[in-house]
Amino acid sequence: MGRDLLLEIGVEEIPDWMIPDGLQHLTTKLAELTAPLGGEVALSEATPRRLAVKLTGLKEREEDREEVVSGPPKQANPQAIEGFARKNGVSVDQLQLTETAKGVYYTFVRKVEGKAAIDLLAAALPGLILGIPWPKTMLWPGKGGVRFIRPIRWILCLLGEKVVPFAINGIEAGTMSGGHRQLGASRFAVTIENYEEKLRENFVILRGAERRARIEAALPAGVKKDAALLETLTYITEYPTPITGEFAEDYLNLPEEVLVTVMRFHQKYFSVTDASGKLAAKFVAVMNTAADPEGLVRHGNERVLRARFNDARFFYNVDQQKKLAERVEDLKSVTFQAQLGSYLAKTERVVELVRDWGGDEAALRAAELAKTDLTCEMVKEFTELQGIVGGLYARAQGEGEEVASAIYDQYKPASMEDSIPRTAAGQLLSLADKVDTLRGCFGIGLIPTGSKDPFALRRAAQGVIRILAEGELDLKLDTLAGGVEKLGDFLIERAKYYLTEIRGYAFDEVMAVLAAGASDLKDVLGRLEAVKVVRATENFEPLAASFKRMKNILDQAQFSGGGTVQESLFEDPAERALWAAFQEVAGRVRGAGYGEALAAMATLRPAVDLFFEKVLVNARDPAVRANRLTLLFSLKTEFSGIAEFSEIVPKTQETHAS
Amino acid sequence: MNTYQEMIFRLKQYWAERGCIITEPYDVEVGAGTMCPETFLRVLGPEQYRVAYVQPSRRPADGRYGENPNRLYKHSQLQVILKPTPEDVIEQYLGSLEAIGIDLTKHDIKFEEDNWESPTLGAWGIGWQVMLDGMEITQFTYFQQCGGVDLDLVPAEITYGLERLCAFLQDRESVYEIQWTPEFAYGQVRLKEEQQFSVYNFEMAEVTTLWKLFELHEGECQRLIDLYRSLETGQERFPVLPTYDQVLKCSNLFNLLDARGAISVTERVGVIGRVRKLAVGVAGIWVDQQYGNRKAAA
Repeated sequence: MGRDLLLEIGVEEIPDWMIPDGLQHLTTKLAELTAPLGGEVALSEATPRRLAVKLTGLKEREEDREEVVSGPPKQANPQAIEGFARKNGVSVDQLQLTETAKGVYYTFVRKVEGKAAIDLLAAALPGLILGIPWPKTMLWPGKGGVRFIRPIRWILCLLGEKVVPFAINGIEAGTMSGGHRQLGASRFAVTIENYEEKLRENFVILRGAERRARIEAALPAGVKKDAALLETLTYITEYPTPITGEFAEDYLNLPEEVLVTVMRFHQKYFSVTDASGKLAAKFVAVMNTAADPEGLVRHGNERVLRARFNDARFFYNVDQQKKLAERVEDLKSVTFQAQLGSYLAKTERVVELVRDWGGDEAALRAAELAKTDLTCEMVKEFTELQGIVGGLYARAQGEGEEVASAIYDQYKPASMEDSIPRTAAGQLLSLADKVDTLRGCFGIGLIPTGSKDPFALRRAAQGVIRILAEGELDLKLDTLAGGVEKLGDFLIERAKYYLTEIRGYAFDEVMAVLAAGASDLKDVLGRLEAVKVVRATENFEPLAASFKRMKNILDQAQFSGGGTVQESLFEDPAERALWAAFQEVAGRVRGAGYGEALAAMATLRPAVDLFFEKVLVNARDPAVRANRLTLLFSLKTEFSGIAEFSEIVPKTQETHAS
Repeated sequence: MNTYQEMIFRLKQYWAERGCIITEPYDVEVGAGTMCPETFLRVLGPEQYRVAYVQPSRRPADGRYGENPNRLYKHSQLQVILKPTPEDVIEQYLGSLEAIGIDLTKHDIKFEEDNWESPTLGAWGIGWQVMLDGMEITQFTYFQQCGGVDLDLVPAEITYGLERLCAFLQDRESVYEIQWTPEFAYGQVRLKEEQQFSVYNFEMAEVTTLWKLFELHEGECQRLIDLYRSLETGQERFPVLPTYDQVLKCSNLFNLLDARGAISVTERVGVIGRVRKLAVGVAGIWVDQQYGNRKAAA
């Protein structure tokens, strides 16, 4: 029957996106710290203004333990032995002799008294709290102060009924918590038992899940699901309450993308659709307060949105005064990257790539106009709409659907969840744009290292891989890398990541298939699927193990083929049987799909097993030996276009190793 | 009626009651209240300071010929510097909103992450934009560095956008409709200025003259910085503050050139770097003059 610990760190508003990770770190470290006291994490919650963790069942103190201190060897001179005893505050007869691999040594077994829980916590908590790795911290109250995400304003820390005595920057831990800024008391005393209830009385809903549910429950029908926005709102409020506002219908003439972006990214509003799925002249804002009885908050939000939409309308109208086609030259004064020139230069390179890779008229036109929206007021104001605005304007200016949708989709896929461009022209443009960026940056040494990737080259490369794997284009990685070796490797790394993490293929299967050729991603996927299917059959893994053995034998013999198998040199029926089985399978495999080929290959297992059981490859007669090596070589080579089977790690072995 | 000037009086009164010195605007053109010496230089060093002032902020590129209801070439900021930051700084700030008649229990207030950085001043801080019913009304920053110098005491800088705030209080769609006094609207006081300065800034400012002025002020500033650095004695009476004015002149000329479209994107970084070099230089000699241990050596 232990005691409970409650820690609440009261902080000025923490940026919402940092809260879950910060809380997780605090909770993990606290659990590690208290591990010697037993106990379990019973609560780990946060709002913008507090991180709270509760543990239950902590023991009063750590267990006493013994620590063995090693001293001089048995044969050391008496002064040394006495010195050792004195250093440990005991007499020589209290020492023990302990036998070790190196001989017999004097040792002293020190009894270490377990620390009281409260002392252990008081000593460790300041460092533990300040050790939370926030993405960007501030120093306060000045030089010699501490770094944290924002100033800490109170610390509540109770072990049972006692306050754990510690302080950070002069803020002493105590029994007080704080309420909602407008609706609650600024400070009030709590106990571990009434903590959450007291917070609720003071308009703080402690649990993220409850705040989230409170928002979701109040969302009207037709609200567009938006998990990321919901998460933001959950962690930007202590007492969230959604309200619905309206705007004038005539704003619906503006492109839906613009309206949604203004609402979503600039105002953190949910947008709403009507029964037919069209955008409605409504929005949902989430307040950090309990209610809006006089409609003041709704009125205020409507007013702000109106001003934003008016701006957007103004930008739209101004932008239409100069067509995209007339803006190409203006790209000369928009820098892409200091060493890589302007967006005009980039446009010219991308057009060239699209032409080289067989782009049609629409793809070429899209490439020419792709970046012109960077000179438009709408994109200057809403940078996240680059590409999309270009696509919308292209359509409005009569560029044709193919061109417009290619421009619209040029930055796709923007994330792992995002789809790739819808059309072949869009895919080609997106690919050419990304490849140009990658080649350019690699060319001037801007290669991502560790967490540093300012030009988002990993994301660009990931997009390239996805478009190749999932799109309609017939382009090879080698072609894209354009002879830049590091870029080729970089793309293959991204392909590995994509195939394992995103598509879920086993790592060794991916390695095996890529080792047999990585440039044609569509083909890689075909081979990979075949390997995955055959992997599950009983003969495959043992056969893969035999391939590994073959590879080792051939490597050791430094044998690289060249000859043909001479049946006359066979000495053992097992060699003859394997050769016959192989020829039969090889005959079936030619022209067959990867799946069939591998299924046929798997049938070789009994013959291969028998061969290794009966036949010694290293025969004394060099001709016999060479013949056997040739047999193995032919066998291995026949299937090497599909995968390098020696890379397959048998499942049994895997479990064994771990 | 909570007029524009009444709102300003109340805010000044509120901060005066909390120990702030109330000063008049600095009389050199600035792009933001932060650039005034009362902020830029005062935040340096170990002395406590509390000041509040209204500062007209000129941003030539934001001008809209008086035609956009929310964008102005010159808007007014109330700038509050609390050094060091009091523990209840946010409560004090919220109290100032109540002082101008906002009943916080009836409104929605959120503090959204917004860190501030000024490349031209070599300054940055951590903070929020304060949202009132979905509208940004205040920029709240804990300064961390100024002129490339780490701060001894971290001050809170509270910057209110006065026109916006007043438009909210008076529920006006356009800043030009704000009642400055019961008889006079904001537009009657300022519209001509917005129109004429937009014409000048966007169309008529003579680019070669602006560049010439920029170079003259830059040269004068650098000359003074170099002179200070070469001094062996007499630093105490050196005119560092006039040197800083030269930085402000350069910064404003840069903004004008930018609005005039005279600075290409490629050049931009370079010109910003030139202004920053001056700002950092002045911050350095200011810290040396005010807080260096040179006196002991002399």
